[in-house]
Amino acid sequence: MTTAVAERQYQGKVHEHSRRLMSDWMAALGRAEAEGVPTGAIMISGNCVELLRACHVLPMFPEVTALQNAIRHKSLPLILKAEQAGYSSDNCAYVKADIGLFLDGGMGPGKPMPFPTITVCNYVGCNVYVKWFEHLADISGSKLFMLDVPFARTAGEATQGDIQYVVGQLKELITLCEGITGKKFDIDELREILGHAARAEEGYSRAKHLCKNHPAPFDAYFDSINMMGPINVLRGTREAAEFFDVAIAEFEGLVAQKLGPLSEERFRTVVEGPPPYPYYKNFRNLFAKWGAVAVQSTYSTVGGIWEWGFRHDPRRPLESIAEQMLRENLTNRSITARYQQIKRYVEEWEADALVIHSIKSCRLFSAGQGDMRDYFTRELGVPTLLVESDLEDPRYYSEAQLKNRIDAFFEALEHKKLTAAGAAGRRGAGASPSEATR
Amino acid sequence: MTPDRVLDHCRELVNQPLGAVAERWKALHLGGRAVASYPVWAPAEIIHAAGMLPLALLGGGTSVELTHADARFQSFVCSIAKSSLELGFQDIVKGIDGFVFSNICDVARNLGSIWKRNFPDAFVEYLHLPQNSTSPGVPVYAANEFRRLAAAFEPAFGLKVSEAALTHSIETYNALRARIRALYAFRIAEPQKLSTVDLYVVLRALTLTPPEAAIGWLDELLTGLPRRDARPRDRLRVVVEGAFCEQPPLGLLEVFEEAGCYVVEDDFLLGWRWFTDDVATDGDPFDRLGAAYVNQSVPSSVRHEARQHRAEGLIEKVRRAKAQAVIFTPAKFCEPALFDYVLMKQGLERAGIPHMIVEFEEKMWTFERTRNEIETFVESMLFE
Ligand code: SF4
Ligand code: SF4
Repeated sequence: MTTAVAERQYQGKVHEHSRRLMSDWMAALGRAEAEGVPTGAIMISGNCVELLRACHVLPMFPEVTALQNAIRHKSLPLILKAEQAGYSSDNCAYVKADIGLFLDGGMGPGKPMPFPTITVCNYVGCNVYVKWFEHLADISGSKLFMLDVPFARTAGEATQGDIQYVVGQLKELITLCEGITGKKFDIDELREILGHAARAEEGYSRAKHLCKNHPAPFDAYFDSINMMGPINVLRGTREAAEFFDVAIAEFEGLVAQKLGPLSEERFRTVVEGPPPYPYYKNFRNLFAKWGAVAVQSTYSTVGGIWEWGFRHDPRRPLESIAEQMLRENLTNRSITARYQQIKRYVEEWEADALVIHSIKSCRLFSAGQGDMRDYFTRELGVPTLLVESDLEDPRYYSEAQLKNRIDAFFEALEHKKLTAAGAAGRRGAGASPSEATR
Repeated sequence: MTPDRVLDHCRELVNQPLGAVAERWKALHLGGRAVASYPVWAPAEIIHAAGMLPLALLGGGTSVELTHADARFQSFVCSIAKSSLELGFQDIVKGIDGFVFSNICDVARNLGSIWKRNFPDAFVEYLHLPQNSTSPGVPVYAANEFRRLAAAFEPAFGLKVSEAALTHSIETYNALRARIRALYAFRIAEPQKLSTVDLYVVLRALTLTPPEAAIGWLDELLTGLPRRDARPRDRLRVVVEGAFCEQPPLGLLEVFEEAGCYVVEDDFLLGWRWFTDDVATDGDPFDRLGAAYVNQSVPSSVRHEARQHRAEGLIEKVRRAKAQAVIFTPAKFCEPALFDYVLMKQGLERAGIPHMIVEFEEKMWTFERTRNEIETFVESMLFE
């Protein structure tokens, strides 16, 4: 490496704005029990948060609680509590941190995190969701509604049959919520909420597309987290829509000034897989020092894939919610459909390499990523790095090992760039960097 | 055939490579096709109704060395997913024309797509089996999913599933399942006359046999086994729960008995005895299968059942089999089994039913520690 790469603290404003909005939401959750506001637990992937909002049920996201505890280095004691209660060291640690929170006295009546009034399992891809919410309903005694969303298993669009099947269940959920809140559901209110959602989706999509610029104005893996709260949790609120107005203005300003998250963008990567929340900053630094910026990521699309143009449609409220749950998110698509998503990212966002962060907890993402590496290195010739750790359990994060692999990979990539200088084609000759780091 | 002859036949069958079984059947059925389903359940009736041989893709056990598949699936993924894929890479499933996967877990789902990518010439179908068990639209959805599977056979193999053929296949599989239920009931009554290993081998063999033939030798077993001469011993009656997907090594099954247990219920090869009673035989057959999936499925870790707590099905099994304890046997890294273990064990504890846990892997070959653990458990129960 020649000159050292420094991180610009440009993301301060977006970050702060996101944090404020998320804190307000958490505070509302903390007050919900005292104020008699019904709450509904729901999952991030392909969620129907707009519907809960329209039903006046305050959404709560156990995944967000789990990741926040990991970022604050509080996840390990919670995981251990769950393991003492019988959960296996091989089970998804998100679930263990959530159940551990209950066992530790941090969730339930009179606690900072209330029990959900209703547990809505949007079964969108991840089978662990089904187990997690069975367990959550068991400890909280709340009503469990299993919203079965058929996996995207036919080519092309979602079938009418699948859409109607999901819409039927959404209607049932509405009736259930009416029973809980005592309030009549108003479809026009849902339309208005979906209007806000579509605006936020447009904003998020625009932000992602801005990363096609050289340099990208933000890191589409590490910085996307600031937008994932507003897009996945707060979607459907006016505040979330406005958040993106502000964020886009800022990102466009950065593009105009040719500024990115680092002092220099040396490598453009696409990152696959969730981040290691317990060591977020450390992990980021391992890439930053090489001037590696993620210009796209798959994790940022778990809640929804907006950059290909899908928007919730207030004119077809329930149908468009169903379509989004069925097709327009990463988790309900096959792993090989994800290969195609990544391929498009590599090509259209002009990336130099693919980084696969393989998560022990999350088989949905990770089971078979060796095959993914094979596809990208052997069939497409995209330099690919595969590293392993965990998104919640700090015991699986080995900094020295990760550093060795990441350094070796970028060294090889740098060498390849130098030797290929002048030669045509960004992906030229084979898979040597990946091979070097296997 | 005497029971011993039937058992010898079954043992011989289960030692054969899956592809060879398919090839042999196809040699006798010109133009025939074979379709194998990954655990836990797929509607074999539909495959059968298309005139094909339904088989089970159950991994490689101890029979294959991983040379390719461990580069595709990480170390923290269960063994059956890897060894099944390896069977593909090593051509051991050559002769099988199609594979059916379903949404039992995240690993199996990804395996289905990776199978398709690596073996593009094979027919691969993925079924989304509903996890919602109570909404009014679910039976219709399930029926349509089964229709979709049937329809996919036409472009792939030029084979149609007629209503009449499916009705006939449902009747055939009803007859097969009734006999398996009878065999299980027999074991509950006289476990000394049918060992766990033998029962497992029988089940395994019938995943490799056309149902008509299997019905024949199950009848012979049901007639012959009661005549066996065996005295009941003082053993602990246990239910074994958790090995519903990755297959337990035979050595492990032997250890249960050697260590002092009668296994009187289990969830081995659940997919071949999936319905608690006969699927109805009148009306549209796809609708009947859809309704049966929703209302007559056995309790299973891979299906959410809103009408029953996770532990209830297991507790019922314990009571029905007059068992004294439960041995949990999750496969290593098997998320559905490992998650359910917690709710199930809590339920057992509330009901005062003792339990222990033994994790296994299909490729496990030493059982000394397991034997000691089970022996200690049995002793604590029998002599307390
Ligand atoms: S398996 Fe993955 S998607 Fe599912 S709950 Fe765990 S971390 Fe989330
Ligand atoms: S053994 Fe368990 S984790 Fe593995 S494929 Fe089967 S059900 Fe899934």
